[in-house]
Amino acid sequence: MKRAECIAMMYPEIEDKLVVTIMGACAQELYNLGHRENFFYLQHAMGLASSIGLGLATHLPHERIVVLDGDGSVLMNLGTLATLARYRPRNLVLVIFDNGSLLSTGGFDSHTTSGVTDLAGIARAAGIAEVAAVDSVVAFGEAVIDAFARDDLSVVVAKVAAVGPNDYGMDLALPENAFRFRRCIAARKSGGD
Amino acid sequence: MTVSYDNSKTIFEGIKAAGIKSVSALPETWLGLLLQRAEADPDITLIQVAKEEEAIGIAAGAYFAGEPHLLLMQNHGFLAAINGIVSLAQLYSIPLCMVIAYRGHWGEPYPWHTRGGILTEGVLRALGIPYEFARDPAQVGRQIREAWTFSQSSLSPVALLLTRDLMED
Repeated sequence: MKRAECIAMMYPEIEDKLVVTIMGACAQELYNLGHRENFFYLQHAMGLASSIGLGLATHLPHERIVVLDGDGSVLMNLGTLATLARYRPRNLVLVIFDNGSLLSTGGFDSHTTSGVTDLAGIARAAGIAEVAAVDSVVAFGEAVIDAFARDDLSVVVAKVAAVGPNDYGMDLALPENAFRFRRCIAARKSGGD
Repeated sequence: MTVSYDNSKTIFEGIKAAGIKSVSALPETWLGLLLQRAEADPDITLIQVAKEEEAIGIAAGAYFAGEPHLLLMQNHGFLAAINGIVSLAQLYSIPLCMVIAYRGHWGEPYPWHTRGGILTEGVLRALGIPYEFARDPAQVGRQIREAWTFSQSSLSPVALLLTRDLMED
């Protein structure tokens, strides 16, 4: 399955949630479906999307937080899985698109390509109770709906093809995204949205 | 040498007086008494990280959430967090109020702290991060408040370096 199909399938479910996505193809595919003020695109700092998610989830208990992560990024910050397990934010869903590739930086194989390294297994062993591993669009949809319905930290690891969009570009400067994301959250806190 | 109980208390009171509600940290000898207080205080949310770079992401999340957040780390943790500081905080104009145990400098008996200690100030300068040294317990509360204020107005990382004079008895 393609990551773009997964993101398109979950888009109606996440358009009202606070979404943090990693760089490159994943960010672009979300953006192409329609930017929303409650989306933050982490275009660098690989590995920190889930840490941003933890910061949001801890301080915004009434919001639902969705992090769209990737195998290359998670491998750069495996400690985050243990930190998430320790603090167990119940309003956070971490989706890891595992394409076995550092696609956005040239398509080199990541450590998960060979099937030796199992990110869902690492997440479970880190102490996260609710971990699903899926490799079809139908199973992905079910896992994500379950995760959103559950009052617990949930991880969904989705095996996807190493393909991305043909064109890249956003009409959104990086600090502008940060300022607007913050303002959007402030408005939601005060009941303005 | 022991970590100063009184000055750890003063620093913690300074953090609270600055309006900080949330702290991320990686435990460290000089920060130990501070972290015990943070852990015991119901008004402070403490998140301990596995590696300091995580705390840059957590701080960004807290900033987006509008929650006053402070990062506690050792200078070697600061060195370990540089990519996050540069490619998240500085890239997106996200403020960071970093309070850093300044190990490996004047009076340092432990060889393993020295290289990082010698480099810390130069790295802060290279990154364009404003910094101050905290040496005097009578001043440290004001310095924390000012570090916080400046991080928010400049939308930049700032660093307050906790020195041996302050941290050890």
